[in-house]
Parts: sequence; structure tokens; C-alpha cells
Amino acid sequence: MVEDRRLGDLIAYVILTIGVLIVAFPVWLTFVASTWDAATVINGQMPLYPGPYFFENYNRILFIGTSSTTREPVIGMMLNSFVMAMAIALGKIFISVLSAYAVVYYRFPFRMAAFWIIFITLMLPVEVRIFPTFKIVSDLNMLDTYQGLSIPLIASATGTLLFRQFFMTVPDELLEASKIDGAGPFKFFKDTLLPLSITTIAALFVIQFIYGWNQYLWPLLVTTKDSMQTIVIAIRKMITTADALTEWQLAMATAMLAMLPPVFVVIAMQRLFVKGLVETEK
Amino acid sequence: MAQVTLNNVKKVYAGGVEAVKGVSFDIPDGGFCVLVGPSGCGKSTLLRMVAGLETITSGEVAIGSRTVNQVEPADRDIAMVFQNYALYPHMSVYDNMAYGLRNRGTPKDEIEKRVREAAKILAIEALLERRPRQLSGGQRQRVAMGRAIVRKPQVFLFDEPLSNLDAKLRVQMRVEIKKLQRALGVTAIYVTHDQVEAMTLSDKLVVMNAGEVEQIGLPADVYRKPASKFVATFIGSPPMNILPGAVDGPGIVALGETIIEARDLREDLAEGMPVEIGLRPEDIEIASEGQAGSLPFDVEFIEELGATQLFHGKLAGEPFVMQAATGEVAAHEGRLWIAVDPDKVHVFDLKTGARLGKG
Repeated sequence: MVEDRRLGDLIAYVILTIGVLIVAFPVWLTFVASTWDAATVINGQMPLYPGPYFFENYNRILFIGTSSTTREPVIGMMLNSFVMAMAIALGKIFISVLSAYAVVYYRFPFRMAAFWIIFITLMLPVEVRIFPTFKIVSDLNMLDTYQGLSIPLIASATGTLLFRQFFMTVPDELLEASKIDGAGPFKFFKDTLLPLSITTIAALFVIQFIYGWNQYLWPLLVTTKDSMQTIVIAIRKMITTADALTEWQLAMATAMLAMLPPVFVVIAMQRLFVKGLVETEK
Repeated sequence: MAQVTLNNVKKVYAGGVEAVKGVSFDIPDGGFCVLVGPSGCGKSTLLRMVAGLETITSGEVAIGSRTVNQVEPADRDIAMVFQNYALYPHMSVYDNMAYGLRNRGTPKDEIEKRVREAAKILAIEALLERRPRQLSGGQRQRVAMGRAIVRKPQVFLFDEPLSNLDAKLRVQMRVEIKKLQRALGVTAIYVTHDQVEAMTLSDKLVVMNAGEVEQIGLPADVYRKPASKFVATFIGSPPMNILPGAVDGPGIVALGETIIEARDLREDLAEGMPVEIGLRPEDIEIASEGQAGSLPFDVEFIEELGATQLFHGKLAGEPFVMQAATGEVAAHEGRLWIAVDPDKVHVFDLKTGARLGKG
């Protein structure tokens, strides 16, 4: 029996290792490419180990920018992306936790109608309603602003659904005990429901932060100034250059930088995130 | 401290289901009232109306001299212990107990004093910093009790508080609840479907069935003189045997061929009226063949309970159970002749199930 288990473990580790290599190799290549000079990367003879241009490349891209098209330093774009992703994640949590609370705990006319209206917005992502949304944002003079970048992406049903499902598993007796303990609806929400939702909130935050950070189409439409660009768009612009060599080492450095915040968020929230998705104990 | 009065209390749900059909009784100050009945009989609904967690369709609930129909649960001066304890999972035991007091703006040192006091009474002082999930079922139960005690309410409400505990702990906590209620002298209403809890805890037993009160009384009285066939079979374990019979004269019923005396039987009944005869398993005595009023009982198998034995079998073609102290009756299968004390024969109307007794 012991032998069998060892063999099983070995196979599992081999498969896992292959999987990790498949996922990690492109990332490693990206990193290596960001540490060589342009010529080495372009002539196709780039070695598989890091080169000596790490500080030069990163310093250049963070604080100066590329030599053509977009001349903005990437640090500003990272800030834009960060503000947008945070606004989307926090805004979604705020709106969905409140709407789910209303739908689950209050009895008001057309409650289910309200819920279904929220629900069907799942079928209307930004891509589908892009023209009317753009029109509204532009009429409200929100082009090239953080509001314009984030508000249209905040409205969505996923969070409401997630919190609704979670609230429905909270035993009714907790609400009743709160009532007897003299806690009104707001106090129950603040003292009992929110603390119990922490893990769900963390899970939603991670998902929505990454969703916001990775937005491409919407920021492309509503930003016209280079100073309002997000990092995802910047990468795209760096790769397709007209009449000039693509500065691959800088594009790759930008890609590495673009990966950092989502990775950081996942690592920081990992424990809560996993708990939020598998939690059964209430 | 206060008495609780229910006056023709009704509950009709939105779909038209009548959960409670006009219930009236009162519980004296410091009394321990147990509502007992099968699932869906409306006992929990009734308790929740007293708590203020359900609206009252009609009728009146009063705590002390105050009608509380329109009063919020928090302002009714009650404390409730729930079946699943309903402890706040993210708060320490101390905070669980202190939460209600904090919401009322009780001064900090007063809260501290009351929580320590309650923890001492319940022997949970060592657990105050723990979270509910780190506690065993019995400990959670104590914390739930503690949360009720610190409030110093006028009335305790218990909604099947022991049904999540194992059998041994249930007996232990049952005794503690009774002791505690006595010591604090607080009026209590306790809902259960367990007739043993109902008998042992109450000094006022309310048996409910299908939204109506079947009988109210001292537990011993309910046991001795059940007002209906329903109460007779619900209270007592193993349940009362019910056999078909007929009135055979004043104070006499016929059970098949055999004539037996029933001293409590009403005397104004027509001869030949079909009735049901109730005999408690523990009231059966051994008789000899041919003795007046003796009945043939065919034993099919015997259950050992330690101190007592249960004889299962058939009497007059109906399933029948007899309980006897171990060793008192030779434990073998086959025919036994049995008799019943005329004072312990219960007779019920075949149609309505009501007791056909004197007064």
C-alpha cells in the first residue's frame, strides 16, 4: 500500500511540474526579454538567462517611456490602472452588498422583479451596450476621467448574486436574535452580516480587481489623452508601432510590471479568497 | 417579573393557512409553561408571536399588564433561546452575551458585572474569550442561556433548546434549566416536541394539536386524565394502548367479549355506544385465566429496557404493549392474562376523541 501511494504521489508531482513549466515558461521568457537590449531580443538569439540591462530597461520604462508613439512613463499608467481597478472592485462590492441585503432581507413590492432586472444585466456586458454607454459617458463629460473609466463597469449583477446566495445561507435565527438584542436593520447589517461576509468580500475583491485591471476595450474608447491611458493599452500600443522597430525589451518590461499588482492582490488575499469560495461553516 | 396572558390569539399566514386558531391561557408570574405537540401544531408560531418575531393576526398578547401586540421584540423585555442557539459566530462568548446590553446603552461596568455573573452561574467563565465554533454543543447551549440571563428579562422564551444535544447532555441541561428558572424566578415559556421534557419541566403544560389547545393543566393531571385520545397517546412513553370497545352500562365498557369496569366513565351514555378504550402500558397487571375482567394478551416479543421490560403483542386483534418491572413477569412469549385497575381505564368518544369522563 505504501509503495502504491508513493507511485501515485510521484505521478501527481510529475504532472504538476509539467503544468507549472507550461505556465511559467512564457513568463520567464518575458522576464528574460525585459533584461536584454533591443538588438539581442530582435535578432532571435536571446539566451534563456537574464541579461545585464535590467535596471536600465525598467528605469527607462517606468520613468521616461518608449522612444516612439506613447511617450508617457509607465508609472503614470500603472496609477491609472490601479485607480480604475480599485474603483471598480470597491464600487461593485459596495453596490452589490447593499442590493443583495435589500433583496434578501426586505419585503417590498416588486422585490423579485427588482432582483430579476439586476439578474438580466448579466446578459448585457459592456461589449453589448457599448454605444449607448459611450454616448452617456461622453454626454456627461466623463471622457478622460477616472469616473468615466470606472463607473460604467461598476454596474453588474455578479456581485449581487454572490452576496444574495451567501446571505440566504445565513440562518434566520441570527436576524431574530439580533432583533431581540435590540439591533435594528442597519446594526444587524453592520455588526453581524458584514463581519460574516468578509471572506466573500475578499473573494469578490480579488476577482473584480483583476477584471478591472485587465479591461481593454472600454479604456481604449473613453481615454484619448496619453496621460489617462491604462497599462494594458500601453502594452498594445508599444507592440504595434508604425515606421519604427518595436522596442521589445521595453514592452516586455511593461508586461512584467502589468502582472505585478494582480499577483500581489491574489497573494495578499489568497487565504481569505480560498476560504470565501469554499467556506461552509457559518 | 410578570405574568403572560394570551387572549384568543390567532395566526393566519398569507396563504390562508391557520397556524394558530384562537388560543387563550395565562402563565402566572414565575411559572414554567411548556407548549408541547407534534411538528406543525403551531406551538413555535405561538412562541414567536409572544417574542414578536411573528405578527399577531388577531387576539392579544400581554406581558405583565402591557399589551405587546405592536411592541418591537427588543422592547418586550423578553429573552429567547433558539434551537440552533443563534450565537453570533464572529463574536467572542463575552461579546455574544454583551451585545444586547450594549445596544441598550447599558454602562460598560454594568455589562461587565452582569456577564461575569451569568458566566459564573453557568460555569462558562473560562470560555469568555472563545468563539462559538470552538465550543461543544453543550457549551454553546450555556452561552445561549447566558445571553438570555444577562438581559434580566421579564420572560424567558425557549424554542426547542435541547433538541440539538445528545441524549445524556439533554437530561443534564434539562435539570439545569429548571434549576436556573427556579433560582431566577423568571416566567418561562418553553416549546418542545419531547413529552419527557414537557412533563419534567412544566408546572403548566399546554398540549397543542393542529393549531388548537387540546389540554392545559399540571403535568400529572394531564398524564392521569388526558382530555382527549390525542393527549393520551402523545403524553406518556411508550404511548397509551387504544382498543375499540363499547359502552355496556354505567361505568362499564365491553372490550370484545370481556366486560371491564371504568370508574371515571360518564354515566349518561347510551348502552352500545362505540368508544375507544385507553390503557397505559405501565398500568397493566397480571391476572389469572377466568378471573373477572381479565383479558387474553398474546405476547409476540419482549424488549429489554434494563429496569423494565416491554411486552409487545396483540390483544383483541389490536397491537398492544405492556410494561413491567424486570423479573416481575416471566419473560416468555405466548398467552398472558392481564387486568387493569378500574381507576386507570380511559374511555374516549370514537368520533371526537374527547374523554368520556366525569367532570
